[in-house]
Formats: sequence, structure tokens, C-alpha cells
Amino acid sequence: MADIFDAYALADAWDEMFERPGEVRAAYEPVLAALQPIEPAELRFRADQMARAFTDRGVTYAFAGEERPWPLDLVPRILDALEWDLIQRGVAQRVRALEAYLADAYGPCRAFEDGVVPWRLLLNSPHFHRAAHGVEPPGGVRIHVAGIDLVRDEAGDFRVLEDNVRVPSGVSYVIENRRAMTRVFPSLFAEQHVVPVDGYAQRLLAALRAAAPGGIGDPRVVVLTPGPNNAAYFEHALLARLMGVQLVEGHDLVCRSNRVWMRTTRGEMPVHVVYRRLDDDFLDPLHFRPDSVIGCPGVMSAAMAGNVTLANAVGNGIADDKLLYTYVPDLIRYYLSEEPILPNVESFRPDEPGQLEAVLDQIDRLVIKPVDGAGGQGIVIGPKADRETLERTREAVAADPRGWIAQRPVALSTSPTLAGERMAPRHIDLRPFAVNDGSDVWVLPGGLTRVALQEGNLIVNSSQGGGSKDTWVLAEGPAEQRPEEPGGPLPQKAPRQLGPDGTRAVVQEGAQQQ
Amino acid sequence: MNDVILSRIAEALTWTGRYVERADATGRILDAYLHRLLEDPWRDEDAACRSLYAILGVDAPDRHCDMQQVLDRLAFDARSTGSIEGALGAARLNARSAREAVSSEMWECLNSTWHALADQRTAARRTGGPYAYLELVRRRAALFFGLADSTMSRDDSWRFVVLGRSLERVDMTVRLLSVRVLDAAHAPDWPTLLSASGADEAYARVYGGFGDSPRVAEFLLLDRDFPRSALHALTTAEECLSALGRPRQDPARRPIGALRTHLEYLDSEALEAGLPALLRDLQQACMASAEAVAEKFFPYQGPVEWAQEGA
Repeated sequence: MADIFDAYALADAWDEMFERPGEVRAAYEPVLAALQPIEPAELRFRADQMARAFTDRGVTYAFAGEERPWPLDLVPRILDALEWDLIQRGVAQRVRALEAYLADAYGPCRAFEDGVVPWRLLLNSPHFHRAAHGVEPPGGVRIHVAGIDLVRDEAGDFRVLEDNVRVPSGVSYVIENRRAMTRVFPSLFAEQHVVPVDGYAQRLLAALRAAAPGGIGDPRVVVLTPGPNNAAYFEHALLARLMGVQLVEGHDLVCRSNRVWMRTTRGEMPVHVVYRRLDDDFLDPLHFRPDSVIGCPGVMSAAMAGNVTLANAVGNGIADDKLLYTYVPDLIRYYLSEEPILPNVESFRPDEPGQLEAVLDQIDRLVIKPVDGAGGQGIVIGPKADRETLERTREAVAADPRGWIAQRPVALSTSPTLAGERMAPRHIDLRPFAVNDGSDVWVLPGGLTRVALQEGNLIVNSSQGGGSKDTWVLAEGPAEQRPEEPGGPLPQKAPRQLGPDGTRAVVQEGAQQQ
Repeated sequence: MNDVILSRIAEALTWTGRYVERADATGRILDAYLHRLLEDPWRDEDAACRSLYAILGVDAPDRHCDMQQVLDRLAFDARSTGSIEGALGAARLNARSAREAVSSEMWECLNSTWHALADQRTAARRTGGPYAYLELVRRRAALFFGLADSTMSRDDSWRFVVLGRSLERVDMTVRLLSVRVLDAAHAPDWPTLLSASGADEAYARVYGGFGDSPRVAEFLLLDRDFPRSALHALTTAEECLSALGRPRQDPARRPIGALRTHLEYLDSEALEAGLPALLRDLQQACMASAEAVAEKFFPYQGPVEWAQEGA
């Protein structure tokens, strides 16, 4: 029988499924047991079926101007309870620290006075909006939703790659991935204890309602979208539908006397919370880009007057600037008096005296990122770049040190991914989503695992042709509940030889439960 | 929270209903014509095609017309909302922009239909027979409205979908009859008219036979129970408008209400004598009503007020 894992050669990175060739990690045993006996043609068939279902349901994304089905790989990415506990605490901690930073930066500026962060970081930031200064958001929440990008390094440790606290997107794909996987591999879910992800919309709605201006009994929440032509429109519509709130475009809203109304068939209705899914720049042509036709004129003034809450708040961009990123561990210590739970990727600031030279000297060994880039744009991977690119980057960094950071390259962990008719290791990352209701930062169990579909590629964004995986967080306990193997229970992380006998035993176990 | 509906969404829902109904009716008409052409040994393809163009309000080309041209123009032309594919494409875009108002199942129905059309179109071109294509359109339109009926609350959103469908239905029925009445020489025969309205079996049940007389016009206009008759569709549209809750002198409701009452009390002889004028009135009433609906419920492109308000 053909085995789809036959040619699986581990790359020079942490592999999520295999500890060593042939030695599967405990959490992945049932998945491997279920996948291994499947014929390649059958896997292809299931993958095609899934793509077809995504196309029919409109779960698509724009790639090179074309509507393509959302690329979900068949092999899930699994996090055990311990790993998840760490991630969840680390992400929540990070969000709390960034909240504190935003409150500080748009308020007393203590961190700058105390020299934790240099003033120029704030004053030079293109995302620092005077309009946001002095606006005291209800409950003190500016980051209602955050997406924190994590990678796992060669040693298996999770590190933060970047923070997204402006308009983080992708959560709809977490929900859709789960929905698709439960249909393609129903039996797998029956035997594993995967924590569900369907609580997101309720949490989000509760947080948005909690963010309404004071004194409003039954606040009206809307989702503001740039419209059907936006790449993330599917997500906007899904969230609005799951929350049962209106999905509005800019021209559905009208502002009068610093209040926001929406135009309905029964006249104008007041709006109290706008979960906006467009950037600051396009939000309000009176305050920001005057040529924006997708925004709502006057909405910023209404927010400043305290009559409407914008989620996320305007001006959050100063907190997910890639240069500020390098200061977040210090901010955690400064504001929270805690040690960072999740470390950063080792980074350099060309902006700081002495570091520019160090960066320029070893530019061919570093990853160079524009502080303002989104979607993997403008990133130069030193060890893989040609001379000309390196030279150009060197000049660009020297000319504008504030515009760049440099990082030690991390070989992102790999996960088995269907490539053609075989499994092959592909690099992955993870974006957990956090919702902050003012009293608690809740992290959706799992998050979006993105996978670079090209061999060796380290950039996993879907706008760069990446795929995704369903992310499973295993509930605590199932390991002990599993029937004991002859000879006593296996230790949690015991290596396990997958010989012909072992394989058969596992397959039978899986088959029995189908 | 579902008591209110955005003006933009209401407009999109109305047009979704209209376009799906248009695709359905166009498909039925094409199917009936094709069938008749194939069965009729003395067929005049050119004349039949011209009468089809006339029904659907499309200018016929100067050169000889054949069925393939008709299909290209009335079924497969994605750029025109007067063709099946154009109408379904427009319905899909409207539903897409109202995706939190229509149910997921309705949206998926339209979206998967849109994706499935291409395959059936290719098959239709290859085999020379568009039956599978037309059947797909008919089935999916039925599925769409069935899903609307079974997955949408009977709130205003649903009423706008039904209103759009009803207005379009009156329009298509009237178009079909107009050709028979105004240009009898090239017009379809009565049985074809019935099957193009999906009414042949219902008619047979009521009158016990095939349609061979102006009684068909009476059935298609005045039957209280047949859902595609003008009277039935007008009644439905009026019910929707009434439930949308407006003052007595509703400019949207008045024109169709007046005609509905007129039809209710019309006898066969008066109908036959005044048919051309009646058909014209029906079409105008639908147009006037649709315009009034747009003016009242979709005024979202309001005056620009912010220029004076400042920051």
C-alpha cells in the first residue's frame, strides 16, 4: 500500500508531527493513524471536495485578482493543553501591556518620561493621531480585538513575530476551517477532545456591547466594511451574521450633531458601537484621507465626543509598529511588573546608536523588515537574497534607520502538508485572536495556522499564496482517558517507533472507533 | 435588532428577488419555445426567435435569427441583466452585498448556481441542447425561493425579497401575453404560452383540457390560486407593501392596489375587449410602484450634509 508519509524528509526545523524520522509526537498519534492508511487519490478527492465546498459557500480570498477557494490543508495543527496554556497566557499578557502602552501614549506618557521607550518612537510614528489624544475610551479599552503572530523556533519555543492591534483579520477562517474539517474527517473529532471555536462571535459581541458609551441601555453595534470588493469582505459578513448585527458600508451611516445614525427603511436609527474593518486612514474623510469614499464623514468627531465607540480605537497603529515590537518585553516589565511569557524573536534596531553598523555588517545573515509593511511585503531575507537586493536594502536602511528592523532568521517549525499526492514538511506560523471586554482578555482556543505552500518558503501570508490549517487545542485530560496500552500507559512524550506492528496496532485502534 | 433593515440592504434584497424570478421566467420561456420549435415540422425559426426577442424587450438583430443566437443573447450573456446568466450574476452580487441579511443557505444556493452555470453552458454548447442548463436554472430558482420561505423570518427582509419577485412576475407574465395580443402572426400559440408560464398543468386541472382560446389569457391574468397569475402576484405584492407599514395614500401600493381591485371584478368579455389596454396598464402600474418603493425605502444617497458640519 502506498504511504503518503513515505517520502517525508524532515527539514532543518522543529517538526510539529515528528520528533525524529518515524517518531511521532504523542498529540499527533491519532491523526497520523487516521491519515496514514488513506490512499493518495482519496486524500486528493477529499481536498478537492473541500475546495469545491469553499467555492460554493463563497469562502474565498483574492489572489492575483482572482477569487480562489480558501486553501485549507487536510492535516491539522495540534497544540496540547500545556502548550496552549502558555500561548494563551502569553498572548493575554501582551495585549494587556499594549493596552497600557496605548493608554499611556495617548495620556500621561510616563514610559517616555521614564526612558523606557524613546520619545521619537511616538512622535515619528505615522500612526500617531492627534485626534485620538485625550479620547478616553469606555472601559479603557482600545484593543478590542488583537491578533498576535507567533512562530515556533528550532528549539520548539514559541516566539512572538508581530502584534496586530489595528484591524487584525483571519478569524473567520478559523471558524470555517473547523467547520470544513469536521465534515471531511468527522471520526477524528469523535476520538479527540478538541476545544471548540464557535464561541468567538458571542465573546466579540459581548465585548463590543461592553464598549458602548455609558448610559445606553441597549447599545446598537454595527460592523463597518469597505464593501464586497474588499479581500476580507467574507469575514466582515460572517461576523455580522454570527453576531446578528448590521453590516454597514460608509454611506449607510450618517453623522449629525456628533452622533452616528444608520439609514434604514424605517428611518434613521442611532448607532453606538462601530466595529470598523477599515484602516484609520479611510475611516473619516474629515479627519484623515479626504479622498476616502468608503468612510463615514464625521464618525471620528462623534467618537471624540464620546457618543460612539470605534473598535478598535483610532491610533492603535503606534502599538503594532514593528519598531515598538522590540520594546514590548520592556513594556511588559514596566507596566505589569511581570516577566514576558512569550519571548520576541531576537531583533536589532538600526535606529539606535551603534546598531545600524552592526546590522549593515551582517545584513546577509538577518531578516530585514520595513516597520510599516503588511502582509509580508518588503521583507528581505538576508541569507536568501541576491547581492543586488542586499545592496539596495543596505542603502535603504542606511538612509532611513527608523523605517526598518532586523531580526535573526528563525527556521519556522514545519508541519506535514499535502503537496501533490505526498506529505511534505512546510513552514507554519500561528495567529491566535484575543478579545478584550475591559475586564478580561479572552483568547480564542487555537487561532489561524498559516502554511507556506512552497517548499522552503518562510512567508506564510495568504496574499503571498499561502495556505492554512485547522488548529486544534486539545482539552486537558484526554491523554489519561485513553485506554491503557498493554504494559502500562505511555509517558506523555515517549518516542514511539512506527514499525509495521506499531502501525497496524494504531490503525486498528482508529478503525474500531469509526 | 432585526426589526430594522438598512435601506441599501432592502434594495439589494428586492433586486435579488427580481433577478432570480427573471432568470426563472426567462428560462421557462426559452424552454417552451425550444420545445415548440423542435416539435413543429413547419417551424419558422426566424419568426419564433423574433417573437422571443420581443417578449423579453430585446432589439432583434437585422440578420437572420436562429436559436443559437437567441441562447447566446438571452441565456448566456453575462453582461446583460436581461439574460439568465446576467440576471443570476446580478442576483448573486446583490445577495453578496446583503450577506448578513439573506440566510447562508440562500447565498450558497445563488453562489453555487453561479459556479455551476459555466459547466452546463459548455455542455449546452457541445450537445446543442440547453435543456440541462435551463432545468438547472429552474430548479435553483425554486430552491432559492424555497430557502427564502423556510429560512428567513417573516420580517421586512423577507417582504422585500417577495416584493421584488412579485413585481417581476407580473412583468414577465404581461410580457408573454403582450406578444400574443399585439402581434398574433408571429406569436406563440396558447399552449406554448401556458407552458412558458409553468401553468399548463394547473390550467388543465381548472379547465379540463389544453389551452386553445383566450381563456388562457383569463387564466394567466385573473386566476386567484395560480401563483404566477397577474392577480395572484399583484395581491402578494400588495400584501408585502401593506405589511411594510405605510400610510393610506401609499404611492407604492396605490397603483397596484387599484389594478388588483379592477382585476378582481373583471368579467371575461370585458377582459377580451380591453386586453391590450389592460396589459399596458399592468406594466405601468408595476413600474410606478417599483419607482415609489425605491423613492421611499432606498433614499440612502441622501443629501451631503457633512460639508457644512466640519470637524
